[in-house]
Amino acid sequence: MLVIIHLTKKFDGYTALEDVSLEVNDGEFVCILGPSGCGKTTLLRLAAGLDFPTKGELFLDGRRIVGVNNECGFVFQEYVLFPWRTVIGNIEFGPEMKGVRKDERNRIAQHYIDLVGLRGFENNYPHELSGGMKQRVGIARAYANNPKLLLMDEPFGALDAQTRNLMQGELLRIWEKEHISALFVTHSVDEAVYLADRIVVMSARPGTIKEIFNIDIPHPRIRTSQEANLIRDRVLKSLGTEIEHARNK
Amino acid sequence: MTTFRFEKFAGVGLLLVIWEIVARYKLLFFLGIIKMEGLAFPPTIPSVAEAFYQDVLDGTMTLSIGYSIFHLLIGLIGAVLLGIPLGILTGWSKRAEYIIDPIIQIIRPIPPLAWIPIAIMMFGLTHQAAGFIIFIGAFFPVVVNTYSGVRGTDRKLVEMAKTLGANEMNLLTKVVLPYSTPMITSGVRISLGVGWMCVVAAEMFGVSKYGLGWKIPYYSNIFMYDHVFAYMLVLGLIGYGMDIIFKRFESWKLRWRETI
Ligand SMILES: Nc1ncnc2c1ncn2[C@@H]1O[C@H](COP(=O)(O)OP(=O)(O)OP(=O)(O)O)[C@@H](O)[C@H]1O
Ligand SMILES: [Mg+2]
Repeated sequence: MLVIIHLTKKFDGYTALEDVSLEVNDGEFVCILGPSGCGKTTLLRLAAGLDFPTKGELFLDGRRIVGVNNECGFVFQEYVLFPWRTVIGNIEFGPEMKGVRKDERNRIAQHYIDLVGLRGFENNYPHELSGGMKQRVGIARAYANNPKLLLMDEPFGALDAQTRNLMQGELLRIWEKEHISALFVTHSVDEAVYLADRIVVMSARPGTIKEIFNIDIPHPRIRTSQEANLIRDRVLKSLGTEIEHARNK
Repeated sequence: MTTFRFEKFAGVGLLLVIWEIVARYKLLFFLGIIKMEGLAFPPTIPSVAEAFYQDVLDGTMTLSIGYSIFHLLIGLIGAVLLGIPLGILTGWSKRAEYIIDPIIQIIRPIPPLAWIPIAIMMFGLTHQAAGFIIFIGAFFPVVVNTYSGVRGTDRKLVEMAKTLGANEMNLLTKVVLPYSTPMITSGVRISLGVGWMCVVAAEMFGVSKYGLGWKIPYYSNIFMYDHVFAYMLVLGLIGYGMDIIFKRFESWKLRWRETI
């Protein structure tokens, strides 16, 4: 699926990512954790082709990523909805770009609107929605474009704990149903342990991969189960030293 | 916005009362501001109403309004048709900006009045000449606003659209243009106002016997200030009315916006 080889990214001399190698397999859900500024967003942007690596290469299904491709669905942290389009208009955007006929893309959009539980809000404008609803529009829009790989940058960062849990459940439901791969950035260890097949912990300045944890607990997971707690502790420890580290530098 | 408020009428009412007192008791003459006692300046409100009524009766007023709006439309449509594409071009392409922007910046400060000789040379005493003067006034707000709107487009939205498969053309028509629509619209609204202010400049050199901007200097030369005031008021009221209508349209068209 996604293969990242010896990736380095510099911004005028400043090394944001150094020698990052990572693979995301078909249907795999990978979470990225790491201190602020360690290059998580940069990594996703590179995978989406929105930015270019300084060194190294990225491949999607064996093809080298050069420039933006519409096979990755990007969900930005700040929603980034088109404010002049209604909910359904936003979700239809991808199919519209592909030239899908009006009634067909309407049907697609409606499908994902139901999936994320936004029925009844089709014709609302983004400014009329709550944060959680906007985020669901963003997710539905990414899905409606039928991506092979979902790139999600702290999609639930702005949500309250309860909505967040709800959205995690929904995301898993959709992900299992649609069977696509996901690269998911989060600051929450709980979230990562609940969602991921694999957790990648990154270190800061320069951003490198520090440790990778495999999680074999089957879904649906119990957030407070012993296995979950065990992994959480290990991840927290790994991350904790990293955050200490980042502070001291 | 256009709700009925007592205060709106109180201000206008007060102004009218002061005007009438100044006119009726010839205060400007007694204060020594104007020298000739016989001069009806400012004219009283009834005399202005009478002048207005006369000119409506013989058709002069109606025709003048019609011609002025006609001239405004020529200039405004020209400004929109040329200004929006030019604004998009300079906003979208750095190179186009480098080439075109200095030209715009040099021409922009030249007042519409200064263009009268050129208008006459190019179009003669025609409606196009009047429209051209209005065009000069209306063009720049459209260009400048369109440019800023396009240039200010949220990069995140553009990137989002790209990841959803938008090509350059899509980016322009489905992201940049809708994003800049509020700016472009307010540019057109400014142009409408500025263009209307140019009506006098556009008509004073006599492209036709009618036109609000023609009649004002015309009546002024023969000291008929009641008529001058009538035409000035009509100019003001129509300008105000057009702005209200445009604002209505704007807030309906841009109802997706989050505004106070
Ligand atoms: N366009 C850019 N120009 C210059 N520096 C940049 C640019 N984008 C990112 N950086 C730098 O690269 C580093 C990594 O940024 P990035 O946004 O990827 O961090 P992050 O891990 O997503 O952080 P956070 O968790 O706070 O979102 C930061 O130090 C940032 O200042
Ligand atoms: Mg980030």
